[in-house]
Amino acid sequence: MSVDMGGVRSFDTYGAWHLARLVRILETRGQKTAIVGLADKYNGLFETVRGASADTTSIAGTPALSGVATIGKGMTDAWRSFGILLNMLGAVCDAFLSVARRPSTFRLTATVHQLDRVGWQAVPIILLITFLIGSIIAQQGFFHFRKFGADDYVVDMVGILVLREIGVLIVAIMVAGRSGSSYTAELGSMKMREEIDALRTMGFDPVEVLILPRIVALVIALPILTFLGSMSALYGGELVAWLYGGMNPEIFVTRLKEAISITHFKVGMIKAPFMAVVIGIVACTKGLMVAGSAESLGLQTTASVVTSIFLVIVLDGLFAIFFASIGM
Amino acid sequence: MPDTPGTPIISVHDLVVGFGSRLVLDHVFLNVHRGEILGLVGGSGSGKSVLLRTIIGLISLRSGSIEVFGKDLNSLNDTERHYMRKRWGVLFQHGALFSSLTVLQNVQFAMREFLHLPENILDDIAATKLAMVGLPRKDANKFPSELSGGMTKRVALARALALDPEIVFLDEPTSGLDPISAGDFDSLIRTLQQTLGLTVFMVTHDLNSLHMVCDRVAVLADGKIVADGPMSSMLCSEHPWVKSYFRGQRGRLLEKYVSHSQV
Repeated sequence: MSVDMGGVRSFDTYGAWHLARLVRILETRGQKTAIVGLADKYNGLFETVRGASADTTSIAGTPALSGVATIGKGMTDAWRSFGILLNMLGAVCDAFLSVARRPSTFRLTATVHQLDRVGWQAVPIILLITFLIGSIIAQQGFFHFRKFGADDYVVDMVGILVLREIGVLIVAIMVAGRSGSSYTAELGSMKMREEIDALRTMGFDPVEVLILPRIVALVIALPILTFLGSMSALYGGELVAWLYGGMNPEIFVTRLKEAISITHFKVGMIKAPFMAVVIGIVACTKGLMVAGSAESLGLQTTASVVTSIFLVIVLDGLFAIFFASIGM
Repeated sequence: MPDTPGTPIISVHDLVVGFGSRLVLDHVFLNVHRGEILGLVGGSGSGKSVLLRTIIGLISLRSGSIEVFGKDLNSLNDTERHYMRKRWGVLFQHGALFSSLTVLQNVQFAMREFLHLPENILDDIAATKLAMVGLPRKDANKFPSELSGGMTKRVALARALALDPEIVFLDEPTSGLDPISAGDFDSLIRTLQQTLGLTVFMVTHDLNSLHMVCDRVAVLADGKIVADGPMSSMLCSEHPWVKSYFRGQRGRLLEKYVSHSQV
């Protein structure tokens, strides 16, 4: 059999590939095939493409996992990333101890810089959000408690809820979304551009240089933000009680003094630094888990926020059990 | 497409490009002819990459005109510009491979968009293109982060050649490669240029590449083309930058080597 290419005036790699395939198929059927009339200037192209397409081994990628395998992989991945989190916690504690032994190695400038970013610059949005949350709780309280004449107890609810739970929880979730995501993205892109490897080769410990200042900044910032947030929420509650519930601010403050004790305040504040450590560890770990692609940076940033919010809420639950059992 | 040797395929006329108050390209004139390999050299920061990026439309020009395939790029409408971009391929300095796609998917990206081919044919053609640039089939499912520098350049070249373009723009194709890989890459470009009938516009720092591959060399200095001609004419130029570049220590060594190896 022969293929006449005499009439062909223009020939590209796609044409050459199809011709090469035709010849290959015919020859595997045992037919001797010749190509006639192919212009000389296209001969090189055809031979190159024929050579390049001769290998027909399959190039199919790894097949997608089946349903059960996906679940199994998800479980082992979750278990592994829990291990990596513990590993990071250990590394951070180790770095903290070594810095505690030689305080001159502590990176104060970096810490202050991070503190400005995650603490000072977060103040306006935290104040605004907690103010709104406090107002909404008070409004809902008045709306429903009024039905059975229990207006006064709105103050108890707002005070206890805000100081014990809502204040610290809202602030922690805000910080996880705001600062945790930026930690992950920063460290992730540093990892992608080999900046972390560069630090390591220069004899610096990335945990000490990059991660410890970030976590220390969070541990300082989160209790302060929690305090400011709780005050703002109480203020929002008071304002709504006055404008919507018709309760005089002086009465509100008096009721508040009776309803809450320093214990409620302590319960909220004690939780803040622990939540800060959880957010910081998760964010930095996920940042260092970023691999080469832009997609992985996005994935890890999402995972960082989701995981730290989840763990913050779990931790809050554990604290609730703990405080209940010691009677606080 | 009638091949008319002699008419420029790219014609840069009186081009001015600047950023803020800084003039990077100051009335540049340059022609590239069909089927040749042009090497553009110049010091770091002399605007070589700016010229390349202006021609492919990533940077807007202040004045002057750029004609590619005989059409003024400024006067094209969107459809024409879209069509024009299918006729050239670009290899970026660092490859610019899409990091979330595999090697094979990177090469197929433009094919998928512009050609309506069945999946198995797409796979085979992309693998053929990869084999043409010397990448083994087993690496087709790797991700860009798993590739070495030389492999990244090869994949980027395969992607640039995906749609059988008439012009390929190469931004420092051999930078970051060891001399052996760089030499291999040079001869690869040469072979592909001959078999596919490409026109190659190459920005480079590599004196070896200039000697081995380029038909013509243009030198950019002080925002202007200060020398333009075959490699042999570069050695006679009197422009101080051109003199120190080609007749400096490294240039002289190479010249000695080349003349020895030709004897």
